[in-house]
Amino acid sequence: MPAISIAKAPQPASTNPAQIRNFCIIAHIDHGKSTLADRMLQITEVVEARLMRAQYLDRMDIERERGITIKSQAVRLPWQSGRDGKEYILNMIDTPGHVDFTYEVSRSLAACEGAILLVDCAQGIEAQTLANLYLAMENNLTIIPVLNKIDLPNAQPEKFAAELAGLIGCKVEDVLRVSGKTGDGVAELLDEIIDQIPAPVGDPEAPARALIFDSVYDAYRGVVTYVRVVDGHLKPREQIQMFSTGVKHEALEIGVISPEPLPSKGLGVGEVGYLITGVKDVRQSRVGDTITNFARPTKEALGGYKDPKPMVFSGLFPLDGADFPVLRDALEKLQLNDAALVYEPESSAALGFGFRCGFLGLLHMEIVRERLEREAKLNLISTAPNVVYRVTMEDGKEIIVTNPSEFPDGKVNNVKEPIVKSTILAPSEYIGTIMELCQERRGVMLGMDYISEDRVEIRYTLPLAEIVFDFFDQLKSRTKGYASLDYEEMGDEEGNLVKVDILLQGEAVDAFSAIVHRDKAYSYGVMMTGKLRELIPRQQFEVPIQAAIGSRIIARESIRAIRKDVLAKCYGGDISRKRKLLEKQKEGKKRMKMVGRVEVPQEAFVAALATDADIEKIKAARKLEN
Amino acid sequence: MFSYYVHIPYCVRRCGYCDFNTYTPSELQDGASLEIVSADYIDAVLKELETTPTDQVSTIFFGGGTPSLIPPKDLGRVLTAIKARNGITEDCEITLEANPDSVTQEKLDGYIAAGFNRISFGMQSNKEHVLKVLDRTHNPENVRKAVDMARAAGFGSISVDLIYGAPGESLGDWASTVKEALSLDIDHISAYALIVEDGTKLASQIKRGELTMPDDDLMADMYLLVDQQTLQKGMKWYELSNWSKPGHQSRHNITYWKSNNWWGLGPGAHSHIDQKRFWNVKHPTAYKERVFAGQSPIKDSEVLNDEQKKSEYIMLAIRMPAGVRKAALTVAQYERTVEYIKSGHVIDLPDAIALTPKGRLIADRITQEMLA
Repeated sequence: MPAISIAKAPQPASTNPAQIRNFCIIAHIDHGKSTLADRMLQITEVVEARLMRAQYLDRMDIERERGITIKSQAVRLPWQSGRDGKEYILNMIDTPGHVDFTYEVSRSLAACEGAILLVDCAQGIEAQTLANLYLAMENNLTIIPVLNKIDLPNAQPEKFAAELAGLIGCKVEDVLRVSGKTGDGVAELLDEIIDQIPAPVGDPEAPARALIFDSVYDAYRGVVTYVRVVDGHLKPREQIQMFSTGVKHEALEIGVISPEPLPSKGLGVGEVGYLITGVKDVRQSRVGDTITNFARPTKEALGGYKDPKPMVFSGLFPLDGADFPVLRDALEKLQLNDAALVYEPESSAALGFGFRCGFLGLLHMEIVRERLEREAKLNLISTAPNVVYRVTMEDGKEIIVTNPSEFPDGKVNNVKEPIVKSTILAPSEYIGTIMELCQERRGVMLGMDYISEDRVEIRYTLPLAEIVFDFFDQLKSRTKGYASLDYEEMGDEEGNLVKVDILLQGEAVDAFSAIVHRDKAYSYGVMMTGKLRELIPRQQFEVPIQAAIGSRIIARESIRAIRKDVLAKCYGGDISRKRKLLEKQKEGKKRMKMVGRVEVPQEAFVAALATDADIEKIKAARKLEN
Repeated sequence: MFSYYVHIPYCVRRCGYCDFNTYTPSELQDGASLEIVSADYIDAVLKELETTPTDQVSTIFFGGGTPSLIPPKDLGRVLTAIKARNGITEDCEITLEANPDSVTQEKLDGYIAAGFNRISFGMQSNKEHVLKVLDRTHNPENVRKAVDMARAAGFGSISVDLIYGAPGESLGDWASTVKEALSLDIDHISAYALIVEDGTKLASQIKRGELTMPDDDLMADMYLLVDQQTLQKGMKWYELSNWSKPGHQSRHNITYWKSNNWWGLGPGAHSHIDQKRFWNVKHPTAYKERVFAGQSPIKDSEVLNDEQKKSEYIMLAIRMPAGVRKAALTVAQYERTVEYIKSGHVIDLPDAIALTPKGRLIADRITQEMLA
């Protein structure tokens, strides 16, 4: 039996680095990473058969339901090689699989010496996987290409093995084939990891240096920090120090995940494990930071640390204004576990009190919103997402704009917006469609390559603002779901950008202001004024709805004055009924928002902001109520 | 001051837009005639009458349903009983609602003999296609005959009811109806915008998309048309939907709008005595059972608190030309009308505020605003 019982296996803090292999799995959503991880847990017997369940490592409901892993974990797997018969410790570091979490992925990769490139052999490689593969190659990781799901009837292992071989420059026959579902090939894969991936190298006598590659808040334990020791060692009860902030903590507990937390006597060179200091906020234990010994600190941090930088901003408002404190508490709680989430209170004439939130990207935004709605049972409406603009005024002053309402009215010299380099992988039949979409979104083509006979990699630079606005949905729908997208920041570029305000009877409605390219200002104005005309009830006076750039009106609609609002008949039996109706309307009036003299039901604002997906959700909720 | 409303809950057939508390004989009893189902109805009404106050009466109104389906001698029994136990004022207004198809000269003579002095005919429209949408059966030709017969019988005050805004009715159609109505020998017109009530045949036709309601702007134009045309014939509005020659206002309906005391006799009828509103069980059979068992037919009641009473005052007074007394408004309520005064919907009189024609069209909104 190649599995070794945990008690007999090499122990943490006393494992020879030569016996350690640290690896991660790079894969796309649905390509079977969690299932493969399950099989590894099973055949190394770290999880008893009777306790095994699907997607064992995915802790949150959202992870299981959406099939994506948001938080990575590291599992210590003892394994006896079937080839040399020696005992090894394999540390499997799980990586997040989405574009928004590129930085977290890069830190997970930095904790490894090798990566399994896992690809579904019915689908082929996807853009995000390719991006993470390049990232792993840049980090000089040893790549083991693996095709998963070879048990599927529509598997095309030959085709995709050729694709992977072409991408990483290996031979087709070097591409391993496994089935996470049946366990086929998994033991061989573990042996291959031992053979191919180099053992970690470090100086056990040097001052401690450990890389934080993940940081998770636990309601009972406080922040659990996941680390990879590079040099020296970490021991419980020692004083440790965060390199970036200089803050000192006591290591209350150190251990390994197997796959439940197992306290240990410490962690030595090359080892991967966790550390608990009692802090309550993940921002005090930041991914990418270096942990060192307080008494004998290192002079040099491990490279690559970056502060998380929010790229996408959106206002989140409770549908029921009374829920504002609930939202505030929920955000506070969420931030304990999400160093990348930033927020500040925002008040909107249209939507009431809420928060301006900054996210790493669209998925991050969706996940945060979904968690708030689910965990705090909130109904939320979000304003259209926007990116960060750098506005330079004529006097040279620079203003950072994360909310269209902050866009200056004065003399603007230029506006810079974030640009990304995007990679799209798709079947070649969609090249035309994809190019058309990218052109519409102000894309500039960088190049195109065939990665296999009928699949292409198309590279474009695109303004991030264009991507955050339903680009991904459009890409998916126009390519029948076959295209995948990845992007990385490329800095800022000047754009011909203007702020379009939507005015109701001359008053700007904050929630609808948008920063758009000048060529698209008109269509945004027409769309929004038209939508509001349909949604806002008639008032006793005519209400002009205008779209304006500064003081220049670019689109105009009007809501005609109401001419009839009266029940014609009011005899004996009607009086009580009519009075009760008035009392009820009085309650309804309290929920009206005033924009100048115009009375607008909040539902109208909500409907104007809602995306198609929101509308479906609202409909579904109503159905449940009925 | 006291009034009676007498409900007659029977119709030969139900019109498609109607949600009133009325029943066809076969709805009440399979295959029964009107005579059978209504035979003991007047007995029940007389029994309920015994439980009511004995104040002298200044107006009596027989509504329905179709009161003119019941023979004069039966309705006469109710009037005789009221006269005997309450007594009536010398100028007591006694109104009969009538279907133009269900009257003859002889019958109208009979109602006069029984004591009626005012009659209100359901005319609705003179356009066949409009009547068809409304699901009315009468022949428009019969209205003129009925009005003339009523005048010949000796009715001192004659009214017609009109409905505007039926699906498919144009402004021209409505102008023709108003012109026809004003050419009749009448003293009073009620004109109601068609309201589609839930659960009616008309509502389901609209829901299915077979019929489309006209838009509010057309309805507004129709209202202004009847308001102007009646004025040219010497009729003035005295309530949002009612116009009359001088001295021919319906005093009975004014009791409702002034919150005077009245008692509604019959199933589903509403009453108002001082600050209490109450109403009877709705179904004629349940009503009769209760009354004949010596039980009260009252189903439920509410006592108005001062705020509700004030709200009702504003809501009702604003429907009449004298408007709402400023003394009855709080400062805030008055201030909320200022926008409407500026926009020409409300006239600021020395001690009251009242509605202009375009203000009348949004009376409910203005009321709502004042009460907010």
